Amino acid sequence: MQHIRLFIALSVLWAITQNSFAADTHGDDSEKEFDPMEMIMHHIADSHEWHVVSYNSNGEEKHITIPLPVILIDNGLHVFMSSAFHHGEELVKKGDTYYKLYHGKIYRTDASGTIAYDDNHEVTNSKPLDFSITRNVASMWLSIILIIWLFTSAAKRYRGPPSAPKGVQSFVEPLILFVRDDIAYAQIDKHKADRFLPFLLTLFFFIWINNLLGLIPFFPGGSNLTGNISLTLVLALITFFVTNFSGTKSYWGHIFWMPGVPVPIRLLLSVIEFIGLFTKPFALMIRLLANITAGHIIILSLFSLIFVMKSIAIAPVSVLMVLMMFMLELLVAVLQAYIFTLLSALFIGMAVASEEH
Amino acid sequence: MGLLTPDPGLVFWSALTFGLLVFILKRYAWKPILHAVKSREETIEYALAEAEKAKAEVEDLNATKIQIMNEAKDERDTLIKEARDLKQSMLDDAKHKAQEEADKIIASARMQIEREKNEAILQLKEKVAEFSVDIAGKLLEEELQTTDKQKAIIDKYLQEVNFN
Repeated sequence: MQHIRLFIALSVLWAITQNSFAADTHGDDSEKEFDPMEMIMHHIADSHEWHVVSYNSNGEEKHITIPLPVILIDNGLHVFMSSAFHHGEELVKKGDTYYKLYHGKIYRTDASGTIAYDDNHEVTNSKPLDFSITRNVASMWLSIILIIWLFTSAAKRYRGPPSAPKGVQSFVEPLILFVRDDIAYAQIDKHKADRFLPFLLTLFFFIWINNLLGLIPFFPGGSNLTGNISLTLVLALITFFVTNFSGTKSYWGHIFWMPGVPVPIRLLLSVIEFIGLFTKPFALMIRLLANITAGHIIILSLFSLIFVMKSIAIAPVSVLMVLMMFMLELLVAVLQAYIFTLLSALFIGMAVASEEH
Repeated sequence: MGLLTPDPGLVFWSALTFGLLVFILKRYAWKPILHAVKSREETIEYALAEAEKAKAEVEDLNATKIQIMNEAKDERDTLIKEARDLKQSMLDDAKHKAQEEADKIIASARMQIEREKNEAILQLKEKVAEFSVDIAGKLLEEELQTTDKQKAIIDKYLQEVNFN
């Protein structure tokens, strides 16, 4: 299922890159050629401004965007709003350095704003250390406000004597119990699981709600946060640290000196197990990233069909297919949150398991 | 490729944010919720156990009730039987006593009758003797006159003798 989706995503990407390269050779038409590849890449990548809507005013494309703070550490701290870049049209001078916003990234340039490329069409300009509040960061903060509001307001209802759940409580309680009973208690020894429950619960709801926010096609949703490698890397790293810092003696024993097998095989196994320590969180990182990004790419590609074909007649087909993909993505959103949490719980469970054979 | 290069800024912010989120939720959401859910589960479990116990108690009580009722019934039966026996024995007793009394009365009546009869006989004997003496006197008188007349007088007095 997921392989099929990835395959569709990649083949669509391939098809549209072919198309856009083909379009390049035609030279300048009177109308600017629509480049789906660029549009999609722009959408799934991070950005320094929060795009709300674009419209056409007297043949000129206007954008309404919310500027976000840019924080650069480059010979001191530079903080300014991203509107200073004027969507990348102007340079910003801080100290002796000029900065240019180019395809969502900030580069150091000379006074004329030259961007240099290497043979692979990659930018070679150096980048300052960028701690900006980007669209993904802002979207993440929005999501945690939502999450904190949702769960603290549910928690308030638990004051007083035990009673049947009501309102928001009856929505979140089955989910919390699902994570507790079917993820945490199912994978980790019960008396040890409670220590990891806050992490697993937070992980599940953080991924799920951000997946859902990413599916909202308009402001303030649509950020591809959970499809961004930086975020999945952080989450996978946290799982890695939580797993290995709580590892028991028997866990490390099974990794470096597997009991009950001959010495040469022990050596071989210790190498394999050691690599396994890193491949497990790596797979977590890639799985979430690939699934969410693939979903975004497919939906955007299907919409792009309308503009690539330059026909409104294709719109019903596009919309119908996108609708189906949306349904699937809603499922994927919760499924990926579940898988990430389940595997994290599984790894933790293996690390803290007491020795029983 | 840009998609697969982690961005240090986002890594920093997401690590910080996620850490904060875990901290805040743990303190203000997960702990109270999980605690309340656990205590509710325990309450329910306790209540179920209590209900089971109460049910057992009710069953016990029922058994005791039936036992007590049976005992009461038995006691009632024995009481009734005793009463009936008592009545019977009292009746028998009374009958017996009455019989005895009657017998006694009859016996004493008989004795009195006997006594009075004897007395009457005695008196009769005295009277008969008196009469006999009288008659003998008269007879002797008559004898002294004529024989026919003597005979007629004896007959006549004998006729007069009334044994009543």
